[in-house]
Amino acid sequence: MEWEVVIGLETHVQLQTKTKIFTGASTAYGAEPNTQACDVSIALPGVLPVLNKEAVACAVKFGLAVDAEIAPRSVFARKNYFYPDLPKGYQISQFELPVVGKGEITIQVPETKKQAAYEKVVGITRAHLEEDAGKSVHGAVDGMSGIDLNRAGTPLLEIVTEPDMRSAAEAVTYAKKLHELVQWIGICDGNMQEGSFRCDVNVSVRPKGTQALGTRREIKNLNSFKFMQQAIAYETQWQIETIEDGGTIEQATILFNPDTGETRAMRSKEEANDYRYFPDPDLLPLEVTEEDKARIQAEMPELPEAMKARFESEYALSAYDAAAITTSRAVADYFVETVNAGGDAKLAANWVMGGISAKLNAEDKIITDSPIEAKALALLLKRIADNTISNNAAKNVFEEMWLGNADVDSIIEAKGLKQVSDTGAIEAMVDEVLAANPKMIEEYKAGKEKAFNALVGQTMKASKGKANPAQVNAILKEKLS
Amino acid sequence: MALNIPDIKRIAHLARIEIDDAEAAQTLDKLSGILSLIEEMQAVDTAGITPMSHSQDVVQRLRDDVVTKDNQRDVFQQNAPAVDSGLYLVPKVIE
Repeated sequence: MEWEVVIGLETHVQLQTKTKIFTGASTAYGAEPNTQACDVSIALPGVLPVLNKEAVACAVKFGLAVDAEIAPRSVFARKNYFYPDLPKGYQISQFELPVVGKGEITIQVPETKKQAAYEKVVGITRAHLEEDAGKSVHGAVDGMSGIDLNRAGTPLLEIVTEPDMRSAAEAVTYAKKLHELVQWIGICDGNMQEGSFRCDVNVSVRPKGTQALGTRREIKNLNSFKFMQQAIAYETQWQIETIEDGGTIEQATILFNPDTGETRAMRSKEEANDYRYFPDPDLLPLEVTEEDKARIQAEMPELPEAMKARFESEYALSAYDAAAITTSRAVADYFVETVNAGGDAKLAANWVMGGISAKLNAEDKIITDSPIEAKALALLLKRIADNTISNNAAKNVFEEMWLGNADVDSIIEAKGLKQVSDTGAIEAMVDEVLAANPKMIEEYKAGKEKAFNALVGQTMKASKGKANPAQVNAILKEKLS
Repeated sequence: MALNIPDIKRIAHLARIEIDDAEAAQTLDKLSGILSLIEEMQAVDTAGITPMSHSQDVVQRLRDDVVTKDNQRDVFQQNAPAVDSGLYLVPKVIE
């Protein structure tokens, strides 16, 4: 039987606020344990939550970015469970009335050996505000667990999709797109190692062509795209084999072990899902007015899709280049800065996606770490555009710039890379080459194109690579006709 | 809706409240009383009325995103039964 996998994602996005969602304690990462755990964070009796304006703005920004309904009124609820890193005995979340309703995200699934690239719309079911829990530290003291409540109360936006994805590739593409988007609109730093972006993936399988959803198992807390890919692949195969062997799938929460590449069910918590949600009497309904939305909309940067379309029309970039440049805000910013500093747009796109990107990948860096500033790159591109240097010579200059030397003109001077575009000088070189290679001329006249290329090569060599290749071509053609 | 003793035990367990059989029977009476009160209220026609999530018809006041709480760990940890290296210690939790 042919099977189909059905995937939905729940992503916890840590919002980039200075303080916690319900109290003015700092959210800075990496502080000494419990130094940012104030009276509200540790749930002293009598304390009350006061909602952070910026956390609300972040949620609204996300809603606007995915074209979602923003609830004019939404409600905070208590999700009740007992765990030592949750001192109140409940997490403040949103249940029935979340701040962000239905929206959508368009993803571009990359091509594989089996399939061409394609676009797909992933439905967003909802996104709601909630607080993070603290952290348990095991093993420090014998027989005890240590509790650090610095993270308790950090604002999260939980973004839930429809079960719209049909392969691990689609799920990973969506997760990557969401990861870029939340950074693009400035609501999350995207740091997966520090847990700022964590995905839970719901996986089920069903016979291809059927409509009813199979029983799902939820893979918890994936914090790398590679692990997500592996976990989904393993889980899908496991579910198919289990069913084909006559077994049934039980709904469960599971963990992925990156060392073995396998998934396994967590110890099933008795009645774990009975959270007994109810509206939190400590918090009033959250109101988001049309004026609030308009004010927040005005603070939003141009979104990637809009910017892509603009790059295509304004700079005549290909759809492919425009998409590549706008996969990340930092790359797009760098590109725009290069163009604004006078770099040719097409050249800038080629260099950003080519030379710079290759260097960054090789050194495992991101564009904001580039030792070549956009302005310096623009100057290099200007020297290519005005024929001072050839594209090849530019690569040579680029290598030098990567080491931290930003003075394009003095590098060109010092390396003697200036292109020879003086027609007289090139003609003289061509004449010399022709005089020395009568056999090649004969071959060319007999119809051998290769001979022409060889003559171009000889001339370039004679010029020590500095002659303008287009001119060499033209002059040779003329002399041989 | 009628409650029974196992329901009461389960609710008590979820709330981490330890109750014996006598208390369970008492609690059953009390909770059943509350539920019958709710049943009575459900007879009221509420069609067309937007449900409220709070008894006061006002909206949430928002706070500026500014750090106002400084580190008072030493004060708070005086109340804790056990601490180590700044961590609150609890009986071992195994996931």
